[in-house]
Amino acid sequence: MSVTTRKPPAEKSAKDDSQLRQKEMIARHYSRLARAPETGEKNVYTFVPGNLTELLRSFDLLPVLPEINALQSGMRGKSGDYIALAEKLGHSEDVCTYVKCDIGMLKSGNVGPTGERLPKPDLLLLSYTGCFTFMKWFELLKQEYDCPVVMLHVPYQADGRITESMRTYVSTQIRKKLIPALEQVSGRKYDEDRLKECLQRSAQAEEDLVWVLQSAKNRPSPIDAWFGAVYYVGPIFSAFRGTEEAVEYYRALRAEIAERVAQKLGPVTPDGLLTEEKYRLVVEGPPNWTSFREFWRMFAEEGAVVVASTYTKVGGTYDFGFRHDADRPIETMAEYCMGCYTNLDLQTRVGILERYVKEYAADGLLVNSVKSCNSFSAGQLAMLREVESRTGRPAGFIESDLVDPRYFSAANIKNRLESFLQMIAQKRGGPA
Amino acid sequence: MKENLPALVARAAELCRDWRLPSVRAWKQRTGGLAIGYLPVYVPREVFHAQGALAVGLTGAGDDLEIIKGDAFYQSYICHLPRSTIELGLNGSLDCLDGIVFPATCDVIRNLSGVWRMQFPQKMSRYLDVPQNFEREMGGAFYRHELEDIAREVHERGGKQLEAETLRASIRAYNENRRLVRALFALRRNEPWKLPTAELYVVLRAGLVLPVEEHTQLLRDYRDLALLDAERRPMDQARVVLTGSFCEQPPLGLIKTLERAGCYIVDDDFVPVLRWLKGDVSEQGDPLANLVAAFLEDAIDSPVRYCGDGTKGQDLVRRVEESKAEGVLFCAPSFCDPALLDQPMAQAALDGRGIPWTSFKYAENTGQFQVIREQAGTFADSIKLWSEA
Repeated sequence: MSVTTRKPPAEKSAKDDSQLRQKEMIARHYSRLARAPETGEKNVYTFVPGNLTELLRSFDLLPVLPEINALQSGMRGKSGDYIALAEKLGHSEDVCTYVKCDIGMLKSGNVGPTGERLPKPDLLLLSYTGCFTFMKWFELLKQEYDCPVVMLHVPYQADGRITESMRTYVSTQIRKKLIPALEQVSGRKYDEDRLKECLQRSAQAEEDLVWVLQSAKNRPSPIDAWFGAVYYVGPIFSAFRGTEEAVEYYRALRAEIAERVAQKLGPVTPDGLLTEEKYRLVVEGPPNWTSFREFWRMFAEEGAVVVASTYTKVGGTYDFGFRHDADRPIETMAEYCMGCYTNLDLQTRVGILERYVKEYAADGLLVNSVKSCNSFSAGQLAMLREVESRTGRPAGFIESDLVDPRYFSAANIKNRLESFLQMIAQKRGGPA
Repeated sequence: MKENLPALVARAAELCRDWRLPSVRAWKQRTGGLAIGYLPVYVPREVFHAQGALAVGLTGAGDDLEIIKGDAFYQSYICHLPRSTIELGLNGSLDCLDGIVFPATCDVIRNLSGVWRMQFPQKMSRYLDVPQNFEREMGGAFYRHELEDIAREVHERGGKQLEAETLRASIRAYNENRRLVRALFALRRNEPWKLPTAELYVVLRAGLVLPVEEHTQLLRDYRDLALLDAERRPMDQARVVLTGSFCEQPPLGLIKTLERAGCYIVDDDFVPVLRWLKGDVSEQGDPLANLVAAFLEDAIDSPVRYCGDGTKGQDLVRRVEESKAEGVLFCAPSFCDPALLDQPMAQAALDGRGIPWTSFKYAENTGQFQVIREQAGTFADSIKLWSEA
């Protein structure tokens, strides 16, 4: 094992300013949700991919994202019990653990990850984007809550493009199904000017986020674009896109990273600053949340930095030019939904990975295949071979799960990761 | 001379079993038409029929083929159907197909469309996104466009142009087929000893590879021959509805095992493409609009079809009551998201009505049925011994 990090002064995990700031933002949002029954603020449960936060915010509605609850529960060591409870209630061991974590949390009193009770939904907005399980998830929630539900069906980009028929389909649903439902729940009329302001702010934040993610093209990379970037995408994926807070956060984040670039600093890992970048990796798939820091350490200890990842595009793919366009408010939201990573066909996903490997000068591709998510995982082995063949760079494969601690085998993952890194090293040195 | 019942059932079973699709190859040789494969659970076969193409339902390789290459494409926690589909593609069994349609059944089949494209870029590979919004103006308009687009692609590959009159004739042909399927289901509900599910299943499944006209004749012959068989008498079996097997199909041995364990399967969801549309599709007016309307407004309840009003499971209760079933078998493939995510809702609905159920899982190549036999046998015994009836 080679140590390539500079330890932080305290025993606890090191965090940079932006990480702390986003943590505060998320905590504040959970507190606001917890107070909603008293303040009278209404909320909408919806999903990260295809979330229409600007639209909700324009009605003064607060988003609640069940996947974020689940991953936060996973990081706080609560998901195992929630999953066990859901399985005891009849949910299969074979299915998505985000769903089971959410059901378990609900059945345990719906106490959110920060320890405060989450409000019941005033509306279930089923943004059916890139994941079949979403549909079943909200059917399950509909059985638990006596509130309206709106299905927004977002077609899959099977041919790697958005057709006029797809755009019209989603836009019409937004106009004719979703907006009337939001008016009903919020008691407010649809205000397009207000929505446009939100969308303008979204575009600003997206611009800065892309700059931050692309800063990983530098050597050394100032960020870890998977482990570290899950903090960076937190505000824009969860509840803040379209808000002034998000604009400020991403402006500050950009400044922070620009400073790191200027100083030629590597990313801050749980054990402090990564001082030596030995491997540059592209990662496909979500991280494991239950052993997140342990997982990250495995990479950091080897000097492996993730320079680009696909997980950070599930809530929106911005790095190929898409920005929310306030001049076409409904259509731009439709296009946003359809462009989320898991709504893209495998060929497009392969193309993205190929570009990442080449443009970020990565040493190889690593797939973290999670048991829970067929949307991501089914087809990853074929994708891996295709990327390997197109780039000539090695690819590795590890398996874990999102929030089920039973599926995180540290020794197994570490072995596979080390073997993969050895393979890269061997390739660099020519034939063994 | 009409073939006898065992010969007819054996012929149907052979059509199901032979994943090399000899009947499809023979049809192509005979007609020169295109053969378009499709994955479960539903595609509008009428469109292909009207274009002179044979719609060929793909259900993997069952328990007859050892999967070697296919396993290299899928992790252990993904169901079996995509592995055997890839295996069949790689070993040449599906070469006779001019294209494959992958409907929006689940994420695995959706992504299989991408894997297929990577492996077989020269073949037509088409994802069919079906609407989960069931209003004509929205989901209907989208779905119509999807169908027109598929028809255009089939035409570009050598199929006939989609014409209203031929499509209307195709709808007529499939309506007749659906009527017979409904009649057979009704017969089995009333007298399950006359139409054992292991037989009915293969006769229905033959419809995945036969031209609809031939399949309709097969259904008619089967009905007539089965009703003539005076040897078939009722036994003291438990009447059950089987649910969860709408995509990856169980091995035939599993169905036989359930019947031998003391269950009369009086309703099931095997090969749902044959019954996806509950009634007849209108044969008047714009035929494509009629197909769209039938999909939106007259389709069966299914785990892959959105149910937003909180009534999940009620349709299963209705089926139990209509078929006078005494219990339900949840029989789903391992790792099948739609079936397994649906199950708690369906089970809650049954519990609410005091309807007993049991559940187990399978893969298409499951080879050991002893545990399932014991479970199903115990379930059937408990119904017969302890039910109020």
